[in-house]
Amino acid sequence: MKTTTFLLATSALTLAAGSASAIDLTFVSWGGAYQDSQLKAYAEPYMALHPDVKIVWDESSAEAVAKLRAMHEAGNLTWDLVDVTVSDSIRLCDEGLAKEIDFDADLAPAPDGTPATEDFGATLQNDCFIPQIVYSTTWGYRTDKVGDTPPSTICDVFDLAKYPGKRAMQKRPIDNVEWALYCDGVAKEDLYSVLGTDEGVARAFAKLDTIKDQVVWWTAGAETPQLLADGEVVMGSTFNGRLFSAIVEQKQPIAMLWDMQSYDLDGWIVPTGLAPEREAVVMDFLKFATDTQRLADQAKYISYGPARASSAPLVGKLEGTDIEMAPFMPTDPANATNVLHYDYTWWADHRDDLDAKFQAWLAQ
Amino acid sequence: MAAITVDMPRPSLTGFTLPLNALAGALLGYVVGTANHSPLTGVLAGAVFAALLAFVVVSFRQRRLGRLAGALITGAVGALIAGISGALAGAILGLVLSWFAYWLSSGDYRASVPIYATPREVLWHNSFRLICGLIFFFLIAPVVVVIPLSFNAENFFTFTPKMLALDPEGYSLKHYQDFFTNPDWTRPLKNSFTIAPLATILSVSLGTLAAIGLSQSHVPGRRAIMAILISPMIVPLIISATGMFFFYAKLGNWMEAHLGLSKDFLGYVKVVLAHAVLGIPFVIITVTATLVGFDRSLTRAAANMGAGPVRTFFKVQMPLILPGVISGALFAFITSFDEVVVVLFVGSASQKTLPWQMFTGLREQISPTILAVATVLVAFSIALLTTVELLRRRSERLRGMSPS
Repeated sequence: MKTTTFLLATSALTLAAGSASAIDLTFVSWGGAYQDSQLKAYAEPYMALHPDVKIVWDESSAEAVAKLRAMHEAGNLTWDLVDVTVSDSIRLCDEGLAKEIDFDADLAPAPDGTPATEDFGATLQNDCFIPQIVYSTTWGYRTDKVGDTPPSTICDVFDLAKYPGKRAMQKRPIDNVEWALYCDGVAKEDLYSVLGTDEGVARAFAKLDTIKDQVVWWTAGAETPQLLADGEVVMGSTFNGRLFSAIVEQKQPIAMLWDMQSYDLDGWIVPTGLAPEREAVVMDFLKFATDTQRLADQAKYISYGPARASSAPLVGKLEGTDIEMAPFMPTDPANATNVLHYDYTWWADHRDDLDAKFQAWLAQ
Repeated sequence: MAAITVDMPRPSLTGFTLPLNALAGALLGYVVGTANHSPLTGVLAGAVFAALLAFVVVSFRQRRLGRLAGALITGAVGALIAGISGALAGAILGLVLSWFAYWLSSGDYRASVPIYATPREVLWHNSFRLICGLIFFFLIAPVVVVIPLSFNAENFFTFTPKMLALDPEGYSLKHYQDFFTNPDWTRPLKNSFTIAPLATILSVSLGTLAAIGLSQSHVPGRRAIMAILISPMIVPLIISATGMFFFYAKLGNWMEAHLGLSKDFLGYVKVVLAHAVLGIPFVIITVTATLVGFDRSLTRAAANMGAGPVRTFFKVQMPLILPGVISGALFAFITSFDEVVVVLFVGSASQKTLPWQMFTGLREQISPTILAVATVLVAFSIALLTTVELLRRRSERLRGMSPS
């Protein structure tokens, strides 16, 4: 009897509390398998702990900067937490559209007590960006269309004699000009000093010219897996998680080329101007969603490396299968023998200029 | 008076039927050959094969027997090349080629032109029909291709070898299952079916009233008012959307502060209002067009018999202009249901509609669920249009008008 009354009382209390503080949050992400992994690893467990919080997703990360600017101008902020790449976070942070974070106070320490700043280490890039994952832009090729000697270095991409056929490349200069110069004989450490000169840029485009008529340009990460599955291209660059899903989950005849994979980071920013009670919930979610275990959990659903050092040993198998995730991680030692660390600050300064030159070159 | 009959000589086999059939075969062979990366072989093989087929088929006296033989022969050749699916494609090609052979050799190609037509006129008449057929094909083909692809068992927009071999394992309903069970799709579906009818009701009521008002000759500046009301249809959508974004943001903030409405509810209000604005021009135009044929003396007659303006409107005017109102409503509904630009600006993620979800889905993950949705929507639109057309005909029949 007593228990029943107690149960009734508590459930009545929870109901009352729920209706009093129920809150709808809008999170912005990239859609697809990546957003699914965030849903399963962060959002669903958090909502299970806090039944009064409801999370709606908006797949608008690709235009996050433009939309946040417009929302601020109109005074109509509808987003509560936004997933962006580092380069976007730099712009948002500079413009005051993203909240500055006190990493050690706002984020959970590692289980052994290491403070967050140390645990995240080099992935912390600016005052607003809370890193989640390390991903890479890398290459996949059709195993049935490359003969007995599959491509082993990035320069095989530029070798039309050895690997005839179309290639899919991202419609932007980043990564492509670095790869072109590297295969034109520039040492990795000199890439950005060479790119800083007009002759260097011309040299990169000259190298890209050698394969230009064989390139299919993509803008969405899903395009390369589709083109590879169709057999329309022999090889193509895309985000490593997309290739993982095509190879392991969709069982397509595709293999990965990790040479000169280009590392990038993805993480959260909190928009400025949230109502205090919303911001409190968002910060609470962030503390939960970026702790060591949650970041490792995300790697159960998608092959992106967790941004915390302490999460790496906890990375297990693909959820519901026997497939070890480690060999598909861009950070796995076997895959990371030759990595392109693309330079955010250099690109922040040169992006507009090179984008214009790249577009002009494309139109030629 | 006895009917005059003219005996047209049957066209010559070697000088007319065989070469033309060879030409058709060459065209089809080019298509098949290109798909197999050898267009030239396709053209040659197609021409020779089609000529031989025509020769064999035409020698059958009975048309049906001949066409069956044509289908069987070509089907067998197709089966040799590409198995079951080849047999099916071959049988279809065989039917087409043998029909063509009979059509030429029996003189049927002249059947629908007057007997005095010159060969050039006959040629033009038939080319014209071919061009019309091709236009239909280009309009319909993109829609038709989507339908089989939506039953793909894989997660790509690709006809897999299993699908081409008609293997049941290559097909599945999983994308339909995803559409009806995945909250990513069920929420937008619900949103679309909430927003579109509300926006339709709003635009039909306002649009009909505006059209009736503007059809009165004593309204000052009616052309200017009309132009302003129609403008959402003429101004590029992206411009309207940008303006609406800022306007509705301010409006929403004001309503939130002064009326204490929730952000979520206001989001729906904003999208419904924006879609109603887009739908109103369609209603005004269709209703204005029906009002042209409306006899004004009827309203005066009603007034003469003691009916007030409201009663006159519902009892006399409304039933007569109903077809215009309904087609306007249909356009308004489709406008809202199809709309992706304005909702992206004005709505937030909780108001995500089907086109929005299809748009992001296409950009972010290229999932065939989009094709399943497209198929369902095509079926839905056909059903909607058919129903409205049937209702319209029924009401015309009931009112003793001849169907137009």
